[in-house]
Amino acid sequence: MHAPRRHTVDAPAAWSAALVAAAAAIVGLFIVVPLAAVFAEAFADGASAWWAALVHDPDTRHAIWLSLTVAPVAVAVNTIFGVAAAWLIARFRFPGRSLLISLVDVPFSVSPVVAGLALVLIFGRLGLLGPTLAWLQWKIIFAWPGLVLATTFVTLPLVVRELIPVMEAIGPDEEMAAVSLGAGGWQVFTRITLPNIRWALLHGIVLANARAMGEFGAVYVVSGHIAGATDTMPLRVEKLFQEYRTPASMAVASVLAGLALVTLVAKFVIERRMEAESRDLAAARTVEDSPSQDNLQGSAA
Amino acid sequence: MSIHARGISKAFGSFRALDDVSLDVADGALVALLGPSGSGKTTLLRIIAGLESADAGTIEEDGVDITDRHARQREVGFVFQHYALFRHMSVFENVAFGLRVRKVPGPEVTARVEELLRLVRLDGLGGRRPAQLSGGQRQRVALARALAIRPKILLLDEPFGALDAKVRVELRQWLRRLHDEIGMTSVFVTHDQEEAFELADEVVVMNHGRIEQRGTPDAVFDHPATPFVMDFLGNVNVFHGRVENGRAFWHGIPIELPDCPEGQAQEARVYLRPHELDIRRAAGPAGPARVGSAANGGTNGGTSLPASVLRVVRSGAITRVACRPHGSESELHVDLPAETARSLALEPGQEISITPRRARVFLPGPEYEI
Repeated sequence: MHAPRRHTVDAPAAWSAALVAAAAAIVGLFIVVPLAAVFAEAFADGASAWWAALVHDPDTRHAIWLSLTVAPVAVAVNTIFGVAAAWLIARFRFPGRSLLISLVDVPFSVSPVVAGLALVLIFGRLGLLGPTLAWLQWKIIFAWPGLVLATTFVTLPLVVRELIPVMEAIGPDEEMAAVSLGAGGWQVFTRITLPNIRWALLHGIVLANARAMGEFGAVYVVSGHIAGATDTMPLRVEKLFQEYRTPASMAVASVLAGLALVTLVAKFVIERRMEAESRDLAAARTVEDSPSQDNLQGSAA
Repeated sequence: MSIHARGISKAFGSFRALDDVSLDVADGALVALLGPSGSGKTTLLRIIAGLESADAGTIEEDGVDITDRHARQREVGFVFQHYALFRHMSVFENVAFGLRVRKVPGPEVTARVEELLRLVRLDGLGGRRPAQLSGGQRQRVALARALAIRPKILLLDEPFGALDAKVRVELRQWLRRLHDEIGMTSVFVTHDQEEAFELADEVVVMNHGRIEQRGTPDAVFDHPATPFVMDFLGNVNVFHGRVENGRAFWHGIPIELPDCPEGQAQEARVYLRPHELDIRRAAGPAGPARVGSAANGGTNGGTSLPASVLRVVRSGAITRVACRPHGSESELHVDLPAETARSLALEPGQEISITPRRARVFLPGPEYEI
């Protein structure tokens, strides 16, 4: 017999070759070439010039440091919120559930600039909470907390969106089984829920981190672009570029692009694991039983 | 440990899953909750386990009210419909889970788990992942896991639902033997009447959140209490007839109802089971033949119904005959032993006469049987 064929329709060889070539050309022209150009420009004067551009300018150094502190905090907040919200949405039916699902998506549909402006309207000096914050002497807008808020806002849906479908596919039965076996809430979460969603959670975290590192619009509005104080890496890239310091700008940009490549690899590895797990789940649901494996003849004990 | 559920009600939104249900399970009994999907049987099981809370009613174990006790303190072993094995743990760790969360010392856990794996005949498979097991093996891991905590009650939700026919029968017989050996009070849910009748000491038939009938398998099968039970326990022929002066009339055949009070004629439904009907070849085209076998005992006056054969289908040891009584629009189904069918040499278009050995008549009031 013939091996099962994957394609039901055979395109003529010339056609499929042309389509593959077209796809490769588009990906090359719009993704690979621009990225390569960034790296080429960044390293145009050699690796030492690239390194010098990154570390010898105190404002650039601070921008890198700021990005490395803002993104993890935003991602951590998102992880906690994401797990809690996904658990609530996947495991319970309550009034307002569909509204909550829609609200979780709002950051995807709102322009980041609008999100930044909204934060200024609430936390700014003339904003809703302005007088209270002034009295408390808390500075949120044009400061680190504002950057974290803006970054958290734009990355909010990423973890939740990853977890809801996975938790719904797994279903509550394993958790119920753990409860009936005597496990408490925390034991159920750490021993059953978390191991089951770990790859989806990691996937969400990687995506949220990539977005947090690269966020420009919302952060631009709330930062006040104070060099050496509130400039993150993307803001620094833009500022250096505006100041005609293209090699320095490209050096910082290459760090962001390199981060994107690392994300891509991590994402690929995690997706492979997730596919393997969902195959396991599917296998656990289907029953292809061979009676010969079940030796039950004779007494039960 | 005996279970007493009293006046249990539960609604999901506007759907009444359970409506004032009371159930007693004697210590050491094996009870089946039998019903179609949506009848509330699984909900009742989950309420007993504490996985679902009742809107009203109480649950007692050995006379102790446990209604407000959390599932984790109920000491109930629960086997889920799709087993709900912990996918990321080995078979050994699955079975050990209940002991681990109770902080049982390691060597004791190992000894207990190995004992259980032997009991369910999975010794040597402790290192496997659930995904590497067959359906029947997974089912037994789920059972071992539930038994590990030495529960006082074992609850099983559609325990054989996901297995293929042969494994299902083997596992069913094995579970019965296991129950007889360990003697644990057990309740299982099923929609398969064969499973319920073969396995259980007592069958509880549920429908629309209520208990329709409960009793031993024989009692329920031979004396269905309601039209629903009659219907649910197998394909049954239902006809509209009339009851008049202590007799029901089915296509003109009188069926004596000894207990039925003399009175006004009224509509009634006549239920005939396919295997409780006899077929004879019609003596000729002249009309109804007289049949006087011992089987019909004369209770229906020995009158038979003329009909013509529509289809004959052989199904293993029995042959199913579809026929149409003369002057009727509806089909009547008769199951005959294959041997009998062969000696009758039935074929479509043939004229036959049908004699009920038994019939049941349900009135809007009390039930009458012949």
